[in-house]
Amino acid sequence: MSATAAAPMEFRGAAPWRRALRLHGWTVAVWLVLLALVPYWRSLSEQDFKFDLSSLAIDALPLCFAAMAQAIIIISGGIDLSIGSLMAVVNVLSAREMVDMSFGKAIAFSVLLILLTMLASGFTGVVITLTRIPDIVVTLGMLFVWQGVALWIMEIPGGGVPIDYADLALGDLGTTGIPNATIAVFAALLLVWAPIRWLRPGLAIYAVGSNRNSAYLSGIGVARTRVGAYFLAGLFTGLAGLALSASSGIGDPNSGTTYTLNSVAAAVLGGVSLLGGVGGLIGVIAAAYVLTLSKIILLLRGTDPNYANVYQGALIILVVVIGGLLTRKTRS
Amino acid sequence: MNDEAVPLLEARAVAKHYGPVVALRSADLSVAPGEVHALLGANGAGKSTLVKCLTGVTRPDSGTISVAGRAARARSPMHAARLGLSPVFQDPALVPDLSVAQNLRLTRSSVDAVRSQLSAMDLQVSFHELVGDLPLPILRMLDLARALTNDPQLLILDEITAALPSDLAERVFDVMRQRRESGRSVLFITHRLAEVIATCDSATILRDGQDVGTMEPKEGGESRIVEIMLGPEAAKAEAEASELDEADVPVAAAAGEADAVLEVDDLKVGAVQSISFTLRRGEILGIAALEGQGQDELFEALAGQRKADGGELRVAGEAFRPRHPYDAIRRKVVLVPPDRLLALLPQRPVRENVAAPLYNSARRWGPINMREEGKRVRRAVDALQIDMRAAKQVRRLSGGNQQKVTIARWIASGFAALLCNDPTRGIDVGTKRQVYALLRELAEDGAAILFFSSELAEFPLVCDRVLTVYGGRVTAEVAGAAADEATLLQAMHGLQLDEAVA
Repeated sequence: MSATAAAPMEFRGAAPWRRALRLHGWTVAVWLVLLALVPYWRSLSEQDFKFDLSSLAIDALPLCFAAMAQAIIIISGGIDLSIGSLMAVVNVLSAREMVDMSFGKAIAFSVLLILLTMLASGFTGVVITLTRIPDIVVTLGMLFVWQGVALWIMEIPGGGVPIDYADLALGDLGTTGIPNATIAVFAALLLVWAPIRWLRPGLAIYAVGSNRNSAYLSGIGVARTRVGAYFLAGLFTGLAGLALSASSGIGDPNSGTTYTLNSVAAAVLGGVSLLGGVGGLIGVIAAAYVLTLSKIILLLRGTDPNYANVYQGALIILVVVIGGLLTRKTRS
Repeated sequence: MNDEAVPLLEARAVAKHYGPVVALRSADLSVAPGEVHALLGANGAGKSTLVKCLTGVTRPDSGTISVAGRAARARSPMHAARLGLSPVFQDPALVPDLSVAQNLRLTRSSVDAVRSQLSAMDLQVSFHELVGDLPLPILRMLDLARALTNDPQLLILDEITAALPSDLAERVFDVMRQRRESGRSVLFITHRLAEVIATCDSATILRDGQDVGTMEPKEGGESRIVEIMLGPEAAKAEAEASELDEADVPVAAAAGEADAVLEVDDLKVGAVQSISFTLRRGEILGIAALEGQGQDELFEALAGQRKADGGELRVAGEAFRPRHPYDAIRRKVVLVPPDRLLALLPQRPVRENVAAPLYNSARRWGPINMREEGKRVRRAVDALQIDMRAAKQVRRLSGGNQQKVTIARWIASGFAALLCNDPTRGIDVGTKRQVYALLRELAEDGAAILFFSSELAEFPLVCDRVLTVYGGRVTAEVAGAAADEATLLQAMHGLQLDEAVA
C-alpha cells in the first residue's frame, strides 16, 4: 500500500479551554461555592467581618489539614480511616506534655510529634503494602488502635498549651490582619505539597492511584510510592492534631472522632475521586472551609444541631451529584 | 544467519509456575543481532509469560537469560531497558489520569525524542492531552515511540498490532524494518500469521510452555507455522474442519430469500451518518471498516448501550428502540464485545458467567434450578469446547477461552441476532478457526449474525455478505466469496469499486 504516505495523522482532543475546565473546573467551582456562601453568612452574623473570618479560619484549621492528609492517600488509591484517631493521639500527647513548656520547647516537641506521626502513618502504609490487605481494613484496625492509645495517654480531657503556642492558631499576622490559621494552611500547601506535586514523587502518587499496573510498567515502585503517600499524609495528620491542641487549648481523647469521615467528605467535595488518581488539594481546602462554614451558618440560624448534620450530609450529596452530572456533560 | 555470531538475546530453559499452573515449562529463545524474530504460539502457550520474564515484570523460577553473551536477568521493566530490552506491552503502560507529557516525565523520557519518533512515524499527538482521552491505537503508538527513544538493542512488541487499524500497523512494520537496517533486533509477538510471513526473518514457536520449533516463516508459510503451533494431530483435524468450512461458504444465494431478523433504516448515531441494511435469518453479514468509521457506535446502538440519534430499527418486523442492553437482550439481540472483560464477571466461575442472562426476567427470580442451569451451561461449554481447567474464575482463562465464554452465554440463553464486534481480537489461530466454524454452524441453524473484524482475511471465511463502511456510511456491498482484501480495502477507504467486483 502506498496510500499511507499521505499527510501526517494528527490527534487533537478537546479544545484547551475544555480540557482546563475538566481538570480545574471542580476546584474553581468549590471556591465559588465558598464565596457564594459568604454574603448569606454575613447577613446572619452580627460580628464584624474580620472577627468572623478569623473564627472561620480557626474552626476549619484541623479539618483543612486532616482533609489534605486524606486527599493525598485517596489520590494514591487508598483511604485512611485512622486519621481522626491518630489526630487525637497527637492532641492528647501534646496537651499533656506542653502544658508547662516554654514556646521554643513546645515548637521543638511539635516537630518531634510530627515526625512520630509520619512514622506511625508510614507504618500503616507498610502493613498495607506488605500484607496486601485492603487499605480500608488495615486503617479501620488502626482507628481502634489509636483510639485506645489516646485514651491510655489521657483518660479525661485535660492538659493545655502555652499561650503563645495557641496564638499560632488563634492570632493573626499583625499589620495585615490575615489569620495565622489561613497562613498555616497555605504555607503547608505551598511548602510541602506543591513541590512534591509537580516532581516525580507527586506524579508517581497520581500514577499509582490512577492505574497501578500502568504505573508499575512505567517503572514506578508501586509499594514505595504508596508507603510514601501514607508517610506524607502523616505530616498533615500531625499538623491537624497540633492544630486541634492549639485552637482548643486542651487535650481530649475523643476529639478526633468526627474528623475521619469529615476528611473523606471534604476530599470528595473538593474534587478528589475515590477511585484515585484525580483531584488536587486546593479544591479540598475550599471544601473544608465550605463544610465548616455551612455548620456555622446552620448554628447562626439556630438550627437544632441534630438537624444540622442532616443538612450537611444532604449538602455533600447534592454538590457531588451536581458536580458529577456537570463533569459527565463536559466529558462527552 | 551467521552461526558464529553471538546471539543478541539468549534465553535457556526459562520456566515459570503460578501456583499449580505451569505457564512456562522450559523455553529457549535465541534472537540474532539485526533480525526481526517472531514469537508465536496459541493462547496460553506461554508467550506473554516469556516476555514478562525477559523484561523483569515477573521473575522466572529457573533458566538463564543473557544479552550479547552476558547474563542479564532484569529485575524490573526499567532495569530491562538499561540492559537494552525495551518492551511495548500488551496492556498500555501509560497512566490514564496523567497527561502525555507527565507520563513521559514519569519514565524520564525526553519529550523531544518521543515527538521526533512520532513524527518519523507520521503522527502528531498533543502532549497536553490526558492519556485517558486518547484512543487505544494512539496509545500503542505512543508506547512504541517511547520505547524507541532508548534505541534498544532488542525491541519487544507484544501483540501491538492487535488493536491497530491497518494503516497504523503498516507504520509499525516500517519501524521494524528500520530497526533491522540499523542492526538492531525486534521480537514480534502476534497472532496474525500473514504479518509474520511479511515481516519476520525467523520465528520461534511455543506450545504448552515449551519451544517446539524455530523456522524461517517465508519458507515454511502459514500452513507450516500452524502445523507446528498446534501439534501434528490437532493440525490435521483443523485442516479437515476448515475444508468443510470452505465447502459450506456459498450459501449466500439461499439466504437472500429468508426473512428479516434485524432491519436498520437510516440509522444515525455518533460517527454514523446514515446506515441501512437488513440482517436476515441464517446469514452472517460482515461490516468492514477502518478505525473510527462508526462501526463501534453502530454496535453500541444495536445492543442498547447507546441511544440512536435518528433512524429506525426493527426486530422481526416490529419497532426496536433499545434504551438499555436489557431491552436488546429481551428482544434477543445480543452482543459479543471486542473487550471480553467488558462482558464477563472476571472473578466468577464459567458456569455463572454463562448462566447470567438466564435470570434477566423478573419472573425467573427465586430458587435457581441448578440441574436445568447445569445442563444448559454444559451444552454450551461442550459446543464451544471451552477449556474448563481454570473454570473457577473466568479471569484465569486464556483470552480465547474467555471469548468463547462470551459467546457460550448467548448459546445457552438463545438469541435471534448475534452482534459480534471483533470477536477474534487477540486470540490464537486454532481458536479463531473454531470461532469461524461455530459462527457458520449457528447461521446454518437459523441465527442472524452481524460480524465486524479488524482482520480483513476473516471476511471471506465467515461472511455471506460484507458491507464496507466509511465516514459513517455504507460504501459498498460485496458478496462473501468476493470479499478479498484488496476489494475491501478499496471500499473501506471510500473509493469506488470497479464495476466488475460490485
